[in-house]
Parts: sequence; structure tokens; C-alpha cells
Amino acid sequence: MDYQHIGITVLWTFLYGYIIIGAIDFGAGFFMLYAKITKQDHMISSLVSRYLNPVWEVTNVFLVFFFVGIVGFFPDTAYYFGSTLLIPGTVALILLAIRGGFYAFETYGKDSKFAWIFLYGMTGLLIPAAFSTVLTISEGGFIEKTDKGVMLNWLELLMSPYSWAVVFLAIISVLYISSGFLTYYAHKAGDTAAYRLMRQWFLIWAGPMLIICQFVFLSLRQHNAQHFNTALTHYWWLFALSIVFFLAALILILLKRNHGLAFIMIMIQFALAFFGYGLSKLPYILYPYVNINKAVVNDNMAIALVIVFILGLLLLVPSLLLLLRLFIFDADYVKGNKK
Amino acid sequence: MDAVVLSRLLTAMTLAFHIIFATIGVALPVMFMIAEGLGLYKKDPRHIAMAKRWAKGFTITVAVGVVTGTIIGLLLSLLWPTFMKLGGQVIALPLFMETFAFFFEAIFLSIYLYTWDRFKNKWLHWLINFPIIIGSTMSALFITSVNSFMNTPQGFKIVHGKMTGVDPIAAMLNPSFFVRAFHVVATGGMTIAFMLASIAAVKILRNKFPQDRDYHTHGLKITITVGLLFGLLTIIAGDMSAKFLHNEQPEKLAAMEWHFKTERQADLVLFGILDPKTQEVKGAVKVPGVLSFLADNNFNTKVTGLDDIPKDERPPLIIHYFFDLMVFFGMFAFTISIVYLVLRKFKPAITEHPFMLYMIALTGPMCMLSIEFGWFLAEMGRQPWLLRGYLKVVQGATQADGLSLVLVAFAMLYAILGFSCAYVLIRMFRDKPAEFDVKQNQAFVGGE
Repeated sequence: MDYQHIGITVLWTFLYGYIIIGAIDFGAGFFMLYAKITKQDHMISSLVSRYLNPVWEVTNVFLVFFFVGIVGFFPDTAYYFGSTLLIPGTVALILLAIRGGFYAFETYGKDSKFAWIFLYGMTGLLIPAAFSTVLTISEGGFIEKTDKGVMLNWLELLMSPYSWAVVFLAIISVLYISSGFLTYYAHKAGDTAAYRLMRQWFLIWAGPMLIICQFVFLSLRQHNAQHFNTALTHYWWLFALSIVFFLAALILILLKRNHGLAFIMIMIQFALAFFGYGLSKLPYILYPYVNINKAVVNDNMAIALVIVFILGLLLLVPSLLLLLRLFIFDADYVKGNKK
Repeated sequence: MDAVVLSRLLTAMTLAFHIIFATIGVALPVMFMIAEGLGLYKKDPRHIAMAKRWAKGFTITVAVGVVTGTIIGLLLSLLWPTFMKLGGQVIALPLFMETFAFFFEAIFLSIYLYTWDRFKNKWLHWLINFPIIIGSTMSALFITSVNSFMNTPQGFKIVHGKMTGVDPIAAMLNPSFFVRAFHVVATGGMTIAFMLASIAAVKILRNKFPQDRDYHTHGLKITITVGLLFGLLTIIAGDMSAKFLHNEQPEKLAAMEWHFKTERQADLVLFGILDPKTQEVKGAVKVPGVLSFLADNNFNTKVTGLDDIPKDERPPLIIHYFFDLMVFFGMFAFTISIVYLVLRKFKPAITEHPFMLYMIALTGPMCMLSIEFGWFLAEMGRQPWLLRGYLKVVQGATQADGLSLVLVAFAMLYAILGFSCAYVLIRMFRDKPAEFDVKQNQAFVGGE
């Protein structure tokens, strides 16, 4: 493989990682708020915080890793996305800051405030919506190159059915993935009340999940026919498999069986769809301005980045496994027997 | 206002806010490692309580540090897209490594905070401090490397307007890297030590929980000793910086010292006010020859003056004030630490005198201000360049609309975050005597 493909594979994988653990985090915040409003919070709040406390910071790093990495491997993206994303980027950053800050204030601080939980919960749905703009823009059609620089065509973006489909996909995926994980986590903790609630939420969101995916596909055909055709002709099997795994996860949870396996199915479902989407998009990162074959960083830097990346993984993977072993896979900790 | 001014303002504001938390993030882990180690070694629950309380407060500041760090990371591309496109070719390596270091630190910090009672052998928990400190120091070093590259770029050639022959390692280990990295780490340690000393001094002065006095005086001893050690390193680093600037960035040294004429036996200018029109300096203390001496350990060294720098490449002269304040505040804290430790040895009673405590209370905020002034000096001293010698600030800013709105939004965000953070931190320890924590940790160290 050449550098640009190694680079984009690495980055795409990290983005996928962020989507999964970010979704769990964002959704958990929203469920916590919802449970608080409907006075069911006693059932899930300790469960959710047992999961979130040790991992929220790590979640954030996945995101940083992605955007630092993409500027490193493909410096042109900094220019095009940087010039156009000022407003959506700012919105996402402010929401992220409010969320991170107030999560810490709420969790580690002495007093709890409803306003803080509210901010934390609501931002959880708005952040994915703001970030999904990046994916929309990358399909092309919203950016104009002028003498002054590159500009984002706002009206076009706001009127586009495709961009709205992506926004809803982002929000629904968050609720779907998150409830899927928390169902598993509650089952593992032996917390029947929380389990029942989370399972119910999961089943509620499974339907819209399937529907919104079809909308995204259909609107993509209108918006970027070339991308849609590549996806359909070359990678249709990835999307078909994705639906198979979706159904498998749904059936397992309906039958209340193998919850760990069910969540893995959900992860595979998203991996297949996400990589299918990514593969069919190549060679463009930003259609038609940033082509990975032309925008890749110079060779020396690319080698250095790949070497550092491998060394970094050798350090990170064992550390991450240690973190998971101590908190997520430690049965006593999950059940709340350890502090 | 035009895009360049707005972009600069927003970048400056974000960095000025972030640097507070970044500084805490670099050095506070060192402090609770020392406290925890002492506690385990001496089987003293006071030290363990200290480590736990510091680590608890750290969770709040680290959260704000993480989110503001994420903001600055993305804002760089949003506000300076042309620079990042160029920079991406050269500085991607340290930026990428910084993320790894940060990742590493985040993982072990999470483990550290939640495993106080997990291990039978308490030293195992103490060992977790190492990856945290390695991670935080490394991330400071890498990000400093990016900044020093902007001051002293190297490791690439420009042929017909395109970058070629990029050498990532040379760019990373650029001439100013070592001096600046050393300066950053030393001042970080110094600042945190004095911040913690300030808190202890204020707590003793307030005297809300008289039974805590022993705990806090104990804290003073540790923090001020550490502060003194890092203070010494800071002075060495400062001296190295002066020599470095003389050799590599003479325009910065000249501007910060109001040194207009290139000459031998150059004077060191302390304080004073400059009349911007006549370039006349009023009320300054001029120490003959010392600038030459600082630059090269020789009173006869010729120091470049501003008249040898092209007019459109001169940094703003305001940086002299930042330089004065930085040095003065830093030296103040350093002196207080010596006075305190000497008194403690020979006249311990005086160390508890309110006047002394008030002076100690000043050291922390002063050191933090020193850090801010130091960065103002370093960054404004590189004006008008964004990438010194290659790209001017004017050419790097974004052309996007809505910058003023974004500026206001971020200003509000930082105000809210800063206020809430302070509120939460104060509430955290206001009604809880340290004595309570000390008692809780008696079992931890295996005491009675």
C-alpha cells in the first residue's frame, strides 16, 4: 500500500472508533437527562457514571487524533475544510467544551445542578449534528472557489435534503449505538431495572435507524451520483452485510440473549457501512478539490508519520486494554462492588 | 476589524486561557507524585491526603484543559488554513506525537484517579504516576517544538514557491526547541509549586479549620522547596534563552530590551516608559554592559539593535513591558521561597507571620501571570512573522465570514468556563477540612 492509503485507513479507523465510543458517550448523556426528566434517573445514573467516569477523556482524544492526523497526512484538507468550516466548527467546539467542562463539574464537583445535566444531555445530540456537516460538505457541491479563497454556500447546505438526512442519521445512530451498549452493560451489571429501560430504548430506536439509512442513500443519489453509483456497483455487498448484522443484533436483543455478542454485531454493522461509505468515496476526501493521490504529504513526512503511528500503537493498545480490563470488563467494578 | 486582527485576537485569547490549564496539567502530576511517594515512604497520612486532594482538584482543571486544548487544535486550521497547509508538510510529526502523548496521559490519568484502593501494594498505584508524567511532559515538549518551529523554521527548502526536501526530524529539533522546552518545563513546575503554596498560605490566613494548620504548614514546606528547585532551573533556562535570542532571533531581543543601536557594551534596560514617537525611554534603570554580558558572557559583545532590522520586520516595542513583568514576578516568587526556607531554619516563628503568608499567597498568581507575560513576549516578539522568514501573519489568516461573531462566542465560553471552574474548585474544598481527609487515609498508609 502507498502512504496515502495507509494514512486514510488509519484515519478512517480512528474516526470509526470515535463514532462508536463517542456515540456511547453522547447518547448516555442524553438518556441521563431524559431519565432525570421522567424521574427514572435512579435506575440508570449510577450505571452510566460508572462507565463514563474513567473513559470520557479518552473518547475526546480519538477526535483530536483524527483531526491532527488528517492535517498531517493530507495538509490540503486544512486549507479547504479550515476555510469553510469556521461556523459549524465553532458550534461543535463550543458544544464540546460545554459538555466536557460541565460533565467534570457535575461529576467531580461537590454539588449537582439540573442545568449542568441539561447542558450535558442536550449537547450530546447537537455535537454529532454539527460534526456531520463535515461529512456532508465532503460530498462536494457546497464549496465555491473564488479569488478571495474558498467559501461555503450556506443556503445550499441548509436547503439540501442530503445534509438533513445526514444530520438525522447522526442523531439516531447516537441513540441507537448508545442504548445498544448500555443494554449490554446493564445486563452485565445485573441491574434489571436499568436493563429493561435500556432494552426498550434500543428497540425503539432500531426502526428509525433502518429508515434513515435508506433516506441517506436516496438523497446521496441526487446529490452526488458518482459516489452513489460506485457504492452501488462495487460495494453493495458491504451494505447488504451491514443490514444482516443489524438484523442479527436486533434478534439477539429481542430474544434477550448474548448481549455482548449483540453489541459486537452492532459494531460490525456500523463498521461495514462506514467503511463501505469511505471506500466508495475514494479517491476524494473533499469532492472534487482534495484527492488523496494528489494531496498527500511529502514522502519523508509520510514515512515519519507511519513509523510514529506504529510505535504509538505499540504503546497505546496495551494501555487501552489495561483501561478496559480495569473498568469495562471487570465484573466487580461494573456491578459497583469496587469504587 | 479585519480578519487578520480578529484571527489574532481569537488565537491569543484561546491560548491565554488554555495556557493556565496546560501549565497546571504539565506540572501538577509531579506534585502529587511527590506527595504520594513521601506519604508511602514515611507512612504519613497527611501526604496521602495532600496527593488525593491535589489529584481531585486536578480532575476539574484537566477537563477544562482538555476541552480548550481541543479548541486550539481545531482553531488552528479554522483560523490559519494557509499556514496549516504549509505547516502540515513540515510539523505534522510533532503534532501527531503530541496527540499520542496526550492519549497516553489520558488513559493513565483515568486509571490513577479510580484505582486508589485497587492494589494491595500501594507502590503499584504510585507507579502509575510515571506514565502520566511522561505523557504530560512529552506532550508539552512536542507542542513546544511546533511553536519553536514557527520561530526558527528549518528542515525544508522552498523552490519556486513549493516546499521540497522536507526533513521532519530537523524541523522538530529546530534551533530554539531545546531552550524553549527547558524553559516551558521549568517554569511550569515553578508555577504549580507556588500556586499550591499560595493556596496553603491563604488557607492558613483564613483559618477556617484551625485543626488544619499543621497540614497546611506541612504543605508549604514541600511546595516551597519544590518551587525553589524549579525556580533555579527557570533562572538557568532564562539565561539560556537570552543567549539563544542573541544568536538566532536578534530582533526579538532588541525589541524586548529597547535596544535601538547596534553596539558593544550594550545596556540592560529595566522598566521605564517609551515615548513611541521620539523613541525616548523615560525612567528606566540602565545597567551598563549587562545586555552584552547576558547575550554572550562578555561585556564587549556586539548586540544587534533595531536599526539593523528592516522596518517592516520589527516586533512591537510593547514586549519590553511583558519582559519586565515576567522577570520581576518570577524573581519575586524565587526570593520569597529563599526567605521562607531560611527563616524556617533559623527563625521558624516568623514564617507563620501574616505578612509572610500574604507574600507567599502572592507568589502563585504572580507566577501564573509570568507565564502569560512570557508567552505574550514570545509570540508578539515574532511579529510580523507567522512562520519566521517565510510567511507573514497577514498572509495566513482565513477569509471566512462571521469571525467577529465567533470571537464573541468564544469569549463568552471562556468567561463561563473560567467562572464555573473556579466556583467548583472553591466549593470542593471550602467546607471540607483537610483533617477529615487525613483521618480517612490513616488506614491507607497502614497507620493506626
